[in-house]
Amino acid sequence: MEVPILKQGEVLIATFQAALSDADLNHLRMGLVRQVVKFRSRAVIVDVTAMDVMDSFASRTLREIAHMIRLRGAETVIVGIQPEVAFAMVQLGLTLEGVATALDLEEGLAYLNEKFKTTN
Amino acid sequence: MSKREGITKDSGTRSNPSVELVRSEAPSELLRELVAHLRQNRTQLREEWVVRITETRLLTAMTKEEIFAEATSVYDSYVEALETEAFEALQAYARNLSERIIPRGVETHEVVGIVLLLRDVLARSLFAKYQTDFKKLNRILDAYEPAANRIANTVAVGFVQERERVIRQQQEAIRELSTPVLQVRERLLILPIIGVIDPQRARQLTEQLLRGIRTNRAKVVVIDITGVAAMDVTVANHLVQTVEASRLLGATVIVTGLSPEIAQTLVTIGVDLGKMNTVGDLQGGIEQAERLLGYKVVTLAESR
Repeated sequence: MEVPILKQGEVLIATFQAALSDADLNHLRMGLVRQVVKFRSRAVIVDVTAMDVMDSFASRTLREIAHMIRLRGAETVIVGIQPEVAFAMVQLGLTLEGVATALDLEEGLAYLNEKFKTTN
Repeated sequence: MSKREGITKDSGTRSNPSVELVRSEAPSELLRELVAHLRQNRTQLREEWVVRITETRLLTAMTKEEIFAEATSVYDSYVEALETEAFEALQAYARNLSERIIPRGVETHEVVGIVLLLRDVLARSLFAKYQTDFKKLNRILDAYEPAANRIANTVAVGFVQERERVIRQQQEAIRELSTPVLQVRERLLILPIIGVIDPQRARQLTEQLLRGIRTNRAKVVVIDITGVAAMDVTVANHLVQTVEASRLLGATVIVTGLSPEIAQTLVTIGVDLGKMNTVGDLQGGIEQAERLLGYKVVTLAESR
């Protein structure tokens, strides 16, 4: 399944679809990092609004993506986690530690703007 | 009504008249006879029962008139249940009765007590009636006892079920009243918690808060637990999970008002305090939240 990745200035926005298989997630991992390299992006926003379930594999993959992207000097923000999904995740101990999160795309962009302002 | 003569003779052995192999009356006939007796002597037996109730000091929360009224309907329902063996009707009656008397402060042991007293009063009247015919008395009791026990059981269970229903209803009401999620500034929510938190309430709290964060687009939440005296390890873990889940929605949580006992619990379960933002009291928490959101509060005098 192709995940749409849009470019907005120095930020890449990847919108995850509802039912991503493990293979899709693996594919994405490399794909996203390659895009960051290609466009010299400073940040990636991963929008998971459409995901109504987040298992431990998906959660680990997101953390790994964030770590790999950080190695390229870029920031990752996960946005759009639904309340029910968040609740289920913390009960399973999947906290996405070390990865920035925001309510939605708007908040995610606002967060990055703040961050870029202070580091510029 | 014909009676079957039921003494069977084993060929070659003398039949023992004290052992009857076949009942001479069908159980339903006996029950009918019994019910007729109970209806005929209704006034007297009911009076006797009410006297016993008062003697045993049951239903003290009710007046004599009320006891009499309820006794009448219970007696009639009792006899009807014996007659029709329709226990669902009896259970419905018991629940209905409970709905009336539970608010009056009548307890389970009182309800069970009066039903058992009625059972005794009726049994005694059967002893009196059939005292000259021991065999018949036994047969009557064979019909009466299982039915009477089932009645006592049905009424007790109906009463308890009603109590449990009321308790559940009240718990639900208390839970709803006690977890408001309040917006006090743009992007700032306050969740004041008061009273006892059990795992179910903790779960409801979390769900409500997460929904509130999304609806109000909150960036900071202050959870105030000044009104919570203590929490066990399970609930403390729930609180930590609430903080983590809120973060996944992009909101920072500040917990305020931890009592010494709760602080001890959190340390004991090894909560990573780096993950939990805490401030002494609600005022401090709101002030910090405002700073995080970029607000600065000045008096009108200062701002001129």
